[in-house]
Amino acid sequence: MTDTIAVERGTERADRTTAVGRRAGRGSRRPARPPWEEPPTAVGQTAKGLTLGGVVAVVLVPLWIIVVTSFSTPGAVNRAGGLVLWPDGLTIEPYREMLTDPTVRTALLVSLGITGVGTAMSMVVSILCAYGLSRSRSVGHRFILVLLIVTMFVSGGLIPTFLVVTGLGGYGQWWALILPSGVSVFNILVLRAFYSDTSADLIDAARMDGAGDWRILWSVVLPTSRAVTAVIALFYAVGYWNSFFNVMLYMPTDSPKWPLQYVLYTYVNRGNSLPGSLNSGFGTAHAQTAPLSLQMAVVVLTLVPLLIVYPFVQKHFRAGVLTGAIKG
Amino acid sequence: MAAPSRRSVGLWSRLRRDRSLLLMTVPAVALLVVFNYVPLFGLVTAFQNYDPLVGVWHSDWAGLDQFRQLFGDPLFWEAVKNTLYLSFVQLVLFFPIPIVLALLLNSLLSQRLRNLIQSIVYLPHFFSWVLAITIFQQMLGGAGVLNQFLRVHDIGIWDIMTNPHTFALLVTSEVIWKEAGWGIIVFLAALAAINTDLYEASAVDGAGRFRRIWHVTLPGLRGVIMLLLVLRLGNALTVGFEQFLIQRDAVGHDTADVLDTFSFYYGISTGNYSYGAAAGLFKSVISLLLIWGANRLAHAFGSDGLYRR
Repeated sequence: MTDTIAVERGTERADRTTAVGRRAGRGSRRPARPPWEEPPTAVGQTAKGLTLGGVVAVVLVPLWIIVVTSFSTPGAVNRAGGLVLWPDGLTIEPYREMLTDPTVRTALLVSLGITGVGTAMSMVVSILCAYGLSRSRSVGHRFILVLLIVTMFVSGGLIPTFLVVTGLGGYGQWWALILPSGVSVFNILVLRAFYSDTSADLIDAARMDGAGDWRILWSVVLPTSRAVTAVIALFYAVGYWNSFFNVMLYMPTDSPKWPLQYVLYTYVNRGNSLPGSLNSGFGTAHAQTAPLSLQMAVVVLTLVPLLIVYPFVQKHFRAGVLTGAIKG
Repeated sequence: MAAPSRRSVGLWSRLRRDRSLLLMTVPAVALLVVFNYVPLFGLVTAFQNYDPLVGVWHSDWAGLDQFRQLFGDPLFWEAVKNTLYLSFVQLVLFFPIPIVLALLLNSLLSQRLRNLIQSIVYLPHFFSWVLAITIFQQMLGGAGVLNQFLRVHDIGIWDIMTNPHTFALLVTSEVIWKEAGWGIIVFLAALAAINTDLYEASAVDGAGRFRRIWHVTLPGLRGVIMLLLVLRLGNALTVGFEQFLIQRDAVGHDTADVLDTFSFYYGISTGNYSYGAAAGLFKSVISLLLIWGANRLAHAFGSDGLYRR
């Protein structure tokens, strides 16, 4: 076994360095400029400020416009000639109407269900596998590791996978949206890198006390790796929440099993009406709501769960996502 | 606790000792076998005239017919051309941006400001492609903010979202908007690993700000940059899938078809599975060769690449 996969080494190395970086940064929030560094020039500072400000604006301004429009009255949308840049007349009517629509309500439940069940399943499977491979003296872990890593580089591709899933009777079934993408080898490798770093003394002590591997995983390893668990759970959840193409592949087009992303695609991206919605013309039959506001409310709805969870997980990013970043 | 050495313990007792560990890997391995390894064998459909009614076992063999037809198909070559072109544009325009952003962020002294900016620029990475493209549509599309502005000021309409000529730039901007911020993470970690003594030493030797970037920072990032370049080259035939699927109708298939969407549209949508599988197999084989070649290249430049020699 001479080939060591650099991606894996990369994680471990990088994790260590970020840990050092964090420790250095914690002492003082604003470290003094080192004495050997020349004072900043006005031009340089301005250029830097403008660039970073611009980058932040490019992300935030579109979101602002979409949120404001989603809360706008038909009058405000008319006066703006479309999207509303600054609050003019605000109303929650678009949201009220959206949440009474049967198609959107079902889609919301479908998306939440797939995300919840899928994430739970993926986390259990990945954590078990990562721990199972993390004990450096265990028998066979090298072989299984190679088996996993090979799948990152070699795949059957779209059509053979489709044939396998449909061949197993997955067409139109919930599991077809969950199981085929149920494990991410990258996520397992990230978890494994953390578990391998768990202090051997701690584990040996637990073993002396008579704890088996299940017990050690549950009472020693998991409690000491909450941050990485949160990050990986977010990755899986986002993957399920955002999944779109597998719905096109495995769900009949008139299916009631549309998730929210598919509603977003059909209703906002395509501008089509939704089947089975109130008055069969979602958003057009209601005078008190501008269709555009309703569309933007759907956009916001797909964003809300992410925005709720993101702040809690985002602070852990530096500790554990490097391989994920390389993958993207 | 002194672990018994390997030699003194037989395979059977080691299996017994590690049975829980092995059992823990079973669900993940099972999923990968079913959904990754079994489809590998499904690639034989590329050499068949696959008929869904009789399945892989009973379909007629077609030899290399699918490939002969594929290589004579102008639509296929168009998809190959689009893929390579988009890959190239993305490499040139996307690749430097996270590095520059990471350098800028790293030069900020305030940790609080740095964290704030990071959490904002990471955000779009977690958006779905449907959402990202919807946002682009609302900003730059025919009815979007940009054209609202142009219309009010009587400048005329500039519909970026449906213009095939600027499609490569459009999709690259989308990728930059969505992923460039996230791309910073790797470089920030590499920057944090650079020994600050080096900066001090070179500053004492009279190196200015930019000379320090050139002589200390960039060499420090070299390993990561090479690794990412190798991965990018190895993935030259993968430029994204949903992104093109969603925008295909707006700009037309001759502009937006890439290899992956080709297998989908001419394989699954038309029920011509073997044809799509052949296109997929072609892509996989070339991709493996590219990864191997890119690694050789990395080794030639004295870098580790993806795996060590």
